Amino acid sequence: MQDPREKIRHFIRESFLFGGDDELNDSDSFLDMGIVDSTGVLELVAFLESEWGLTVDDSELVPENLDSVDNLVGFLDRKSAAAVS
Amino acid sequence: MCGIAGILHRDDRPADVELVRRMAAQIRHRGPDAAGATVDGPVGLGHTRLSIIDLAGGVQPMATPDGSLRVTFNGEIFNYLELRERLIGLGHVFATRSDTEVILHAYAEWGDDCVRHFNGQWAFAVWDRRRHRLFLSRDRLGIRPLFYTSDAQRFLFASEVKALAADSQTTLALDPVGLNQVFTYWTTLAPRTAFQNICELPPGHCLAVERDSIRSWQYWRLDYEVDAALTEQQATEALLEVLSDAVRLRLRSDVPVGAYLSGGLDSSVTAALIRQLTDTPLETFSVAFDDADYDESRFQQMMVERLGTRHHELRCSHGDIGEAFGDVVFHAERPILRTAPSPLYLLAREVRRQGYKVVVTGEGADEMLGGYDLFKEAKVRRFWAAEPNSRLRALLLKKLYPYMPNLQAQSPAYLQAFFHVGVDDLENPFFSHLPRWRLGSQLKRFLSPDYAQADQTGEAYGDCRELLPGEFGNWVPFCQAQYLESTVLLPGYILSSQGDRMAMAHGIEGRFPFLDHRLAELAGRIPPRWKMKGLCEKHLLKRAAGDLAPDAIVARPKQPYRAPESASLFGTPEHPLQNDYVEEMLSSSRIEQDGIFQAKAVERLVQKARSGRAIGAKDNMALVGILSTQILVARMIHDFPRRSALQSRPVFGTGERGFGEGVDSGESTYGGLPGSESQATESQATGVTD
Repeated sequence: MQDPREKIRHFIRESFLFGGDDELNDSDSFLDMGIVDSTGVLELVAFLESEWGLTVDDSELVPENLDSVDNLVGFLDRKSAAAVS
Repeated sequence: MCGIAGILHRDDRPADVELVRRMAAQIRHRGPDAAGATVDGPVGLGHTRLSIIDLAGGVQPMATPDGSLRVTFNGEIFNYLELRERLIGLGHVFATRSDTEVILHAYAEWGDDCVRHFNGQWAFAVWDRRRHRLFLSRDRLGIRPLFYTSDAQRFLFASEVKALAADSQTTLALDPVGLNQVFTYWTTLAPRTAFQNICELPPGHCLAVERDSIRSWQYWRLDYEVDAALTEQQATEALLEVLSDAVRLRLRSDVPVGAYLSGGLDSSVTAALIRQLTDTPLETFSVAFDDADYDESRFQQMMVERLGTRHHELRCSHGDIGEAFGDVVFHAERPILRTAPSPLYLLAREVRRQGYKVVVTGEGADEMLGGYDLFKEAKVRRFWAAEPNSRLRALLLKKLYPYMPNLQAQSPAYLQAFFHVGVDDLENPFFSHLPRWRLGSQLKRFLSPDYAQADQTGEAYGDCRELLPGEFGNWVPFCQAQYLESTVLLPGYILSSQGDRMAMAHGIEGRFPFLDHRLAELAGRIPPRWKMKGLCEKHLLKRAAGDLAPDAIVARPKQPYRAPESASLFGTPEHPLQNDYVEEMLSSSRIEQDGIFQAKAVERLVQKARSGRAIGAKDNMALVGILSTQILVARMIHDFPRRSALQSRPVFGTGERGFGEGVDSGESTYGGLPGSESQATESQATGVTD
């Protein structure tokens, strides 16, 4: 099975960067790069929910959770830990 | 309303009438009723006519009796009757009742300043034989188009680029700088166009071509010297008075005048004023969408019932919009980021089918009177920037876009991030437009390196900055936003790609009372607080509209005119569409061959759209922008020489005269005044309302 980090990177490249020449570092802010707009946030949430069967609460819709590959991976870890405990 | 074209040999070689005819033939759709070409030494003038005023006497090109002045003219001088009287008082003798002849006499009387006397929408060229000088002018706000190209020996001009391309020495090539502008501002910035070496005369400008010089100058521009003493009541009364007179002038026509009804406030007001001013039965036209998210037919019907008009509704499906898009781009002659021109192209076709040539619309009210969401958004962002940590202030942003569900779903934290106001932004002259332009700039990611390198816009928007007038910095932010909107998007997209070019593709003339320059000048003096009271857009117009439209229309929130985008090209997952033309234009082989975009990136975007996942503004704009660029290159560059204008579209109407029938020699004209070969007669035609 694909590593979650790799899966997220792949999704970002395919859906937001379209595989263009842009370099993407895991810590890059999607907002600063200008690649995620209001629709993009919802696309990210739909991706997380369908891929990992999560439910993302409205209160979790914050850049700290969603605004970079690192943030997304961290958010996913926290959600998984919460689900296990 | 017509098409114009012409050439001046600056080295005095005689002009070739055949070339002038070929140029005019390319824009035959603008003037299907008649065509003319004339040569006078080094100058050749061409014209395709849509007969609206003085049907018998207004043929063009037209000359003065002694042949010293000749004109080819597209548009209307609405105050021609008053000017005619004035000029007669000054000793001028008229042979026709046309507004075209008024231009000749006005130029003879006032020279280049004649345009300051005109109330109208125009693009024209006057050949002044005595001064050996070609004088061109375009109306104040850019309602009618005028393009030109030149080298040391020749100067060519026309209503559309395709007429210039009829000249074998003019080769069209996409301008990478212009493309970067479109992918920022949603339009090129005049004089730049989408094509290298092809210029557009900016709105409110004149241009003079002589043997050794080409000089252009601005004769009018919007100004915002606010009259702080103006009360709300005074402003409302003044607005209604000017608007009413603007409508009255725009009913001057020797053919019936119809009206568009969008379902919004502006066209409801103009249609209601028409009903007040005349007893002539009014026919109205509107676009309705199968897609309920875009449909406003309920409100259109409300006005129809109230005014008792004979109404024609054109219902558009996703497939209709996509199918027309190739022709839409061919007529727009520049890349576009929206499919919204498509339904208007189809509506104009319907208007023509119903036997109409002229429609009055509500265009321009949002720019002049403060209707766009962008103005509100800028106001909220400034309000919020004063208390950057206030979450409640950021939530006001949601109120702006009730029709955008994706935005409604956002948390305050993301709203803050999206509409973030940087420390430097507040001082930025483009504050109001930064979110739009930054969004547009995202599309440049799809450009190939060669095209991306040509970007002269950057993050400083230097190319736009250099076009700002010196007074810009003295205006209040609301007026700065109005100026930008009225000088960039209005002429570059709204009045052209979505306006003149869509209507004139079918020989339909739009008339815009809100763009009467007297209204623009009044609006500039009105304090912004009356234009937008709190967050109530077009407050004064709503106040003035009182009895003109039902409360449900006056009070409804502004709904921007939009059309479905990726769904029009690929359908929805439930109802996929197969549009072979779109597929071909976006195919990897085409993209690679043209080298404008990165093929891999486009392929992924197309996949996303085809699967129904391209739901955001950015993806849709990218898709439409890329597709329109590809179509533009295909139809204006690769395939253009194969297109013969005389075969390119059906000719509408009766009384059709082709070039072969009406024009017999290179030296003369048909029609025109004494001085050319034929004798004009006084027309007995009467106006519908005047």
